[in-house]
Amino acid sequence: MLDERYSLAYELYPYERSPDQDNDTAKRHPVVVMGGGPIGIGMALDLGLQGIPVVVLDDHAGVGMGSRAICFAKRCLEIADRYGCGEPMLEKGVVWNLGKVFHKDHKVFEFNLLPEDGHKFPAFINMQQPYFESFQIERLRELQSQGAPIEIRGQNRVDGVNVHDDHVVLEVMTPDGPYKLEADWLIGADGANSPLRNMLDLEFTGKVFQDSFLIADIKITDDVDFPTERWFWFEPSHGSGASTLLHKQPDDVWRVDFQIGWDVDRKEEMKEENIRRRLDAFLGGVKYDMVWSSIYTFQCKRMDSFRNGRVLFAGDSAHQVSPFGARGANSGMQDVDNLGWKLGLVVNGVADDNLLDTYNSERAHGADENIMNSTRSTDFITPKSAQSRIFRDAVLALANDHEFARPLVNSGRLSVPCTYDGSSLNSADGMAGPERTRPGSPCPDAHLKDGFLLNQLGNEFVLFCINTEGPTELQECGVNVRMVSLSAVDDPKGAVAERYLGDAPSAVYLIRPDQHVAARRETYNENLVRAEIRRAIGKE
Amino acid sequence: MTELTLTANIDVPDDFYADLIDAHEGLSKEASDALNARLILILANHIGNRAILKQALDTASHQKGG
Repeated sequence: MLDERYSLAYELYPYERSPDQDNDTAKRHPVVVMGGGPIGIGMALDLGLQGIPVVVLDDHAGVGMGSRAICFAKRCLEIADRYGCGEPMLEKGVVWNLGKVFHKDHKVFEFNLLPEDGHKFPAFINMQQPYFESFQIERLRELQSQGAPIEIRGQNRVDGVNVHDDHVVLEVMTPDGPYKLEADWLIGADGANSPLRNMLDLEFTGKVFQDSFLIADIKITDDVDFPTERWFWFEPSHGSGASTLLHKQPDDVWRVDFQIGWDVDRKEEMKEENIRRRLDAFLGGVKYDMVWSSIYTFQCKRMDSFRNGRVLFAGDSAHQVSPFGARGANSGMQDVDNLGWKLGLVVNGVADDNLLDTYNSERAHGADENIMNSTRSTDFITPKSAQSRIFRDAVLALANDHEFARPLVNSGRLSVPCTYDGSSLNSADGMAGPERTRPGSPCPDAHLKDGFLLNQLGNEFVLFCINTEGPTELQECGVNVRMVSLSAVDDPKGAVAERYLGDAPSAVYLIRPDQHVAARRETYNENLVRAEIRRAIGKE
Repeated sequence: MTELTLTANIDVPDDFYADLIDAHEGLSKEASDALNARLILILANHIGNRAILKQALDTASHQKGG
């Protein structure tokens, strides 16, 4: 009745019968999330922290096997930290900064992520996806034990949806048979092949790339120590792939990625002896155990709209990119970061449901940026025409000797957070402050006298006053605004001043619950700040 | 300026590269070659300086790999 589509790394939420299954009428829930992957669980954490009841339905009972996504970017980790599970990730993950690009046997290019001082999280950590998900579930269990209204139902597969104007009816299959439940809002976080998207017959359009990649995760058993760097080869001389990537994960596991072409016999390529043949050619005599392998093809596609009435899509179900640049799970976490507080305000009756349209406009902007960057990287790594290949090879040949060609080498432009320029929720910039903290920007972190700035922002609206006085309390249209005040004493290294003031003597920032800047000005002005709050919730 | 610039000088290199590849999209080999020839002549005219053009030709000719 319930097929196992994949095997589990950890069973974390075995099937339990819910009282909803014994009701004669379908029970109505404010929010139901379809999918228990990193994005679905991220959504549940966000809503649960706000006290919004949420039910997660997953057709499996835990975290899937296989390392899959391994590069988690700074913004993604900051969001996880806002949810309370960023620190164990940082502790487990491998931090890396240096990337090297080779053509045949020559190193043609090297980049350093050069992390800026004063941030709690580095530019990237590498970590197997099951760890990321397990830390999320651990946090979810902790929140549940503190009374957060989160429910997660394993082996609950959604077989049918019926969308009405003001709710959605779901038909759910379980090991005990089917039952129905209703949701005021349904979130589709059910992955790139989204059954929900298909049930609703919604389009998913874009480009399919004609190439496939073989992932082999290996544990090196010899006493060989590769550096903790990202190494990428174009046309490696070992000949085991048109390109090869080597990247470190925790537990002495290494990710090796071979580009193996479009017309491949997947079954044949997945045989251990054939994978080993490629690995042996690549690694010489190094001894290793195979941990996990997979062949993937990819596409860059997105839905026309991430909101369809009462149904909202987040993560890979809404948009899919190629893996070059680490923009998959990282952008999905930015989706729930953006959607969570908006949905919370709508469920609580504080904001009108048109606020959810800005989830689509802001995150579609992010998706387009990610699709553009990942498409360009893919076009460089797997040139789609003879002419494109000639240019690619010319760039690589020149990059060896000439600095000018190196910025053109594209083995993946790594994920950076999206600034929501032009969003209707932003107020006009009220000061000549730094460019990086203009309205729409994600707040940059800073080391304070005690702890980090981002830990003081987010989860609700914050009025962040620097070197100036704000009100002691402020409420507008049902939104409670929390006050955070800092002065030079709290900022011994001057990072807050550099990142938030520039040449201005003082500043008052209105920060959204997702730690994005909604508005800023030099001094507090009650009428203007009230208007900025209304604008930030779609009421102005 | 009498030295050929071989340090990075293109504003937003990814945008330029995407434009270059897009210009060739869907063209036959002959049409692509002709486009490249026109492009070289246009850029050469823009540079103008014969000494620089000579250095550029030498740099491209002596590049191994190709």
